[in-house]
Amino acid sequence: MSQSNRIKTGGRIDRNKPVSFTFDGKTFQGFEGDTLASALLANNVHLMGRSFKYHRPRGVLSAGSEEPNAIVTIGSGKRSDPNTRATVVEMFDGLEASSQNCWPSLNFDIGGINNKLSRFFPAGFYYKTFMWPKSMWMKYEEIIRASAGMGVAPEEGDPDTYAVKHEYCDVLIAGGGPAGLSAALTAGRTGARVILIDEQNEFGGSLLSDHGAEIDGKPAMDWVDAALAELKEMEEVTILNRTAVIGYFDHNFITAMEKITDHLGPQDSNDTPRQRFWKIRAKQVVLASGSFERPMLFGDNDRPGVMLASAVRTYINRYGVLPGKDMVVFTNNDSAYKTALDAFANGGRVEIVDTRVDPKGPLVEQARSLDITIHTNAAIVGTKGYRRLKGVEVMELNEAGDGVKGTKFHIGCDVVAMSSGWNPAVNLFSQARGKLRYDEELTSFVPDHCQWDNYSVGSCNGTFTLEGALSEGLEAGLKAAQAAGFGEGQSVPATPSAPEVEHGDMRTLWYIPMDRPLARGKKHFHEFQNDSTVADIHLAAREGYISVEHLKRYTTTGMGTDQGKTSNVNAIAIMAQIRGVSIPQVGTTTFRPPFVPVTFGAIAGHDVEDLFLQARKTPMHSAHDRNGAIYEDVGDWKRPYYFPKAGEDMHAAVQRECKAVRDSVGIMDGSTLGKLDIQGKDASRLLNLLYTNAWSKLAPGKCRYGLMCNEHGMVFDDGVTTCIGENHYHMTTTTGGAGRVANWIEEWIQTEYPDWDVYATSVTEQWAVSILNGPKSRKVLEKLVDIDLSAEAFPFMAMKECHIAGVPARIYRISFTGELSYEINVPARYGLHVWDALLEAGEEFDICQYGTETMHVLRAEKGFIIAGQDTDGSVTPMDLDMDWIVSKKKGDFLGRRSFTRTDTARTDRKQLVGVLTEDPNVVLMEGAHLVRELKDKPPMDMLGHVTSSYMSPNCGRSIAMALIRDGKNLKGQSFMVPTMSGKAHKVTITDPIFFDKENKRIDGEPS
Amino acid sequence: MLVIKCPFCGERDQTEFTCHGEAHIARPENPDELTDEQWGDYIFFRQNIKGYQYERWSHDHGCGRWFNALRNSVTDQFVDTYKIGEEKPAIPSDEGK
Ligand SMILES: [Zn+2]
Repeated sequence: MSQSNRIKTGGRIDRNKPVSFTFDGKTFQGFEGDTLASALLANNVHLMGRSFKYHRPRGVLSAGSEEPNAIVTIGSGKRSDPNTRATVVEMFDGLEASSQNCWPSLNFDIGGINNKLSRFFPAGFYYKTFMWPKSMWMKYEEIIRASAGMGVAPEEGDPDTYAVKHEYCDVLIAGGGPAGLSAALTAGRTGARVILIDEQNEFGGSLLSDHGAEIDGKPAMDWVDAALAELKEMEEVTILNRTAVIGYFDHNFITAMEKITDHLGPQDSNDTPRQRFWKIRAKQVVLASGSFERPMLFGDNDRPGVMLASAVRTYINRYGVLPGKDMVVFTNNDSAYKTALDAFANGGRVEIVDTRVDPKGPLVEQARSLDITIHTNAAIVGTKGYRRLKGVEVMELNEAGDGVKGTKFHIGCDVVAMSSGWNPAVNLFSQARGKLRYDEELTSFVPDHCQWDNYSVGSCNGTFTLEGALSEGLEAGLKAAQAAGFGEGQSVPATPSAPEVEHGDMRTLWYIPMDRPLARGKKHFHEFQNDSTVADIHLAAREGYISVEHLKRYTTTGMGTDQGKTSNVNAIAIMAQIRGVSIPQVGTTTFRPPFVPVTFGAIAGHDVEDLFLQARKTPMHSAHDRNGAIYEDVGDWKRPYYFPKAGEDMHAAVQRECKAVRDSVGIMDGSTLGKLDIQGKDASRLLNLLYTNAWSKLAPGKCRYGLMCNEHGMVFDDGVTTCIGENHYHMTTTTGGAGRVANWIEEWIQTEYPDWDVYATSVTEQWAVSILNGPKSRKVLEKLVDIDLSAEAFPFMAMKECHIAGVPARIYRISFTGELSYEINVPARYGLHVWDALLEAGEEFDICQYGTETMHVLRAEKGFIIAGQDTDGSVTPMDLDMDWIVSKKKGDFLGRRSFTRTDTARTDRKQLVGVLTEDPNVVLMEGAHLVRELKDKPPMDMLGHVTSSYMSPNCGRSIAMALIRDGKNLKGQSFMVPTMSGKAHKVTITDPIFFDKENKRIDGEPS
Repeated sequence: MLVIKCPFCGERDQTEFTCHGEAHIARPENPDELTDEQWGDYIFFRQNIKGYQYERWSHDHGCGRWFNALRNSVTDQFVDTYKIGEEKPAIPSDEGK
């Protein structure tokens, strides 16, 4: 029976364009213009999903973005899109949808057992399991995840492309219903730059479903069409449909997600992005985001077929679908009567259950005149049917509305259309720090004030008449444009006439009583997606979780993908009732972005694959590629880690490289080292401030090593700085610390000493650095340079300017290995040329390319620290046994005063020492702790931890450095290092210099 | 995301800036004359006011200049920004609201 619920005519679907689609593998027919939900309802399919906790069968509740139940997966394989609301999925031919949260099938779900066991899954279940012993949580998490999934993320990469667009405008209007369109008209007419955004495929908002609404005596949609036509002619107006505003941040920064091809289905080409993420800065914002209808909270109100009254009306009028033949409208207000009348007009059998004692007003009279049965002062106390609603049980209410009386009677029906009033969609307003006010008459929260420039108009402002919405929109649009500097002197045009029938009063009952105590046999769901019931709110209150923030987390109300759009106010009101306080006293939680779910693809936009994190590469990178380097990420840099030869693993390669450097000569790429060019009359004054040692007497052409401390006296970077000429220095920093040091210098010279004549410029990327290391480095270099390299002519800690392989260079004779070493700096564009020339010149000496790991081993053999590895922000120069570098004479410098603070001056602080294992083949794990006494299990008295640890081929054994409490006094003593596997190693504390203690190798072999 | 007015470049997005905490803390001229407690005040203690506070910011991903700002830490709204060395603006009279 195809589309048995489709009404013969009408609706905004295109009946000339039939489509076919599948749901859980079964094929159905629909039309273009349908949503997945409307097309399924047309085929009389209500069961669309299972609930999160109890796995109860669920049908569609709403017709819009607030949908909590009909959550499905669209597509399959790498294009599968989990957790999608069926109510906002536009139909296309070939659409593939599947249900979630159920196994083995939607109709028979084994997790439904949770429903039977529900007394073991009370509210606060997750909360409580978190409080239990932590070790148990892991176990629970496994079970919970397996049984309560929320759709499955695709495992393959997303084949679609996504875009991000930044935009600026004078007036941004969120929502394209009557209020939003009105605002766009008056704002647009001033010439202001306007962006009008609506989530749906068509503009018109509530008017799309409001059959019979008229503006200026004509169908309301004629007015919508005319407004759009006028807006499209305006050059400065951007109109975005299928675009949801999802975030409203400070200073009117708005994010929105535009669906570009979703409604067309998977695309063959990637020329058009699937979605576009908008980041918009607006001078003024008009919020016209509409409102959400509230469900009635009665026993077993979650059966498939129980829907919001306005949604039923939308399916009838907009999609030409009568969701069921036998309908009970359950309401406390007049607006649901429109649903009853429209259903009746389209051939539905309708009865009305109204909580009000004496409903009156034109709509009620109209229903009576059509002989529609109205049960007044009555309420649904329970439902029949499991996978589909079969009927309702109705009883009379008592005077207070907190109990029922009389005899229960049954009405057979397949749809309930319910309404317990409306909540303005204040979500975006609240995201923007807007404060809400409780409106007693509307029984809901409305916008009060906000620190940013915005206007709420229409039903999101609590204005529920069409004329009111039009009038507020026209006024706010002009005001906003004027505040942005447009339309001076213009006045607000007259509001078009849109007469409406009067509505009677509401009778708000926050939940509907039954003929037995709450929670006995039936559940009153207020939050459908997370299965939170009225009884759960009572439980939360009994257990003391009475604040709105606790209530939310305890019951998980509002924590689903729908963020409680239909449930929050009901939950707050019930808590207020229980506590005997007013609703504003309970208050609301703050609404958070995103307003509706957003794909990761849209957020990532273009920043994927190569553009995700752009790598910094040195000028020699292509040579490293060519020579088989394995890379290590250091900050954003790609640095060669090691250069394996055929068949070598990392360990073998590093051991070979370490030997080769000390035996002959090695070469590494040092281009990533931070470099700063420092100039000005106060340059040496700056160095004296930054470093712990003295700099005033450093002659041009000479280099000096320095430690930098922060004002706490803790080491944070180190490096060699060279005097290039008068008032001119070249500073080097660690690779990772380059940015930090540059900022540090700027901070001091800009804020504290702005009168100093000194400038620091980052030149890290201007210089390519090839570093030769090893006894034969002089022999390699002398083939390429035009200067005398003898130790006399070019001593250690000197710099020479010269030419190498025909290009200008600065060569620094400094060493991070203890070997004869030359750090050859050339302008970046010559880096590759010089690297290749050095490799060629070194060939006869078996020159060895090496990477960062070998550099680490070689420096550790000499006990040289790496700032950030052997220091951690809590280590002073004295802790490093580097008292020699702290000047006592030069006067003040950064951090000096802290050295005499009681804690810093302690002599038993953690100090850097060497650690040798008893077994020379054991390489300790970095981070491992030394303990005084080994015990079966922690806690043990920990002395400190290993900071660097390697197998050293040049020492013929493992070596390590560690920060050890009172370490300097413990040299020679033995301790234990327990390991993760339960074993322990015996170690001895030593001096941290393991190789060439006398520093004999620094001048290398003579030439 | 806030809009911040760099005194050198004009209004730019917050992502271009870094906040460095309380402003107008001068480095003591003669640290040796300070007690440990006084030095500790300088290196450790900040007011962290709920409301209007003077802060140091830098326009890292812009001109690279440091400047001062008067900002309300509750609303995140800036009263003004000003160059280092310039007189600090007065705290608005709605203080305490
Ligand atoms: Zn700037």
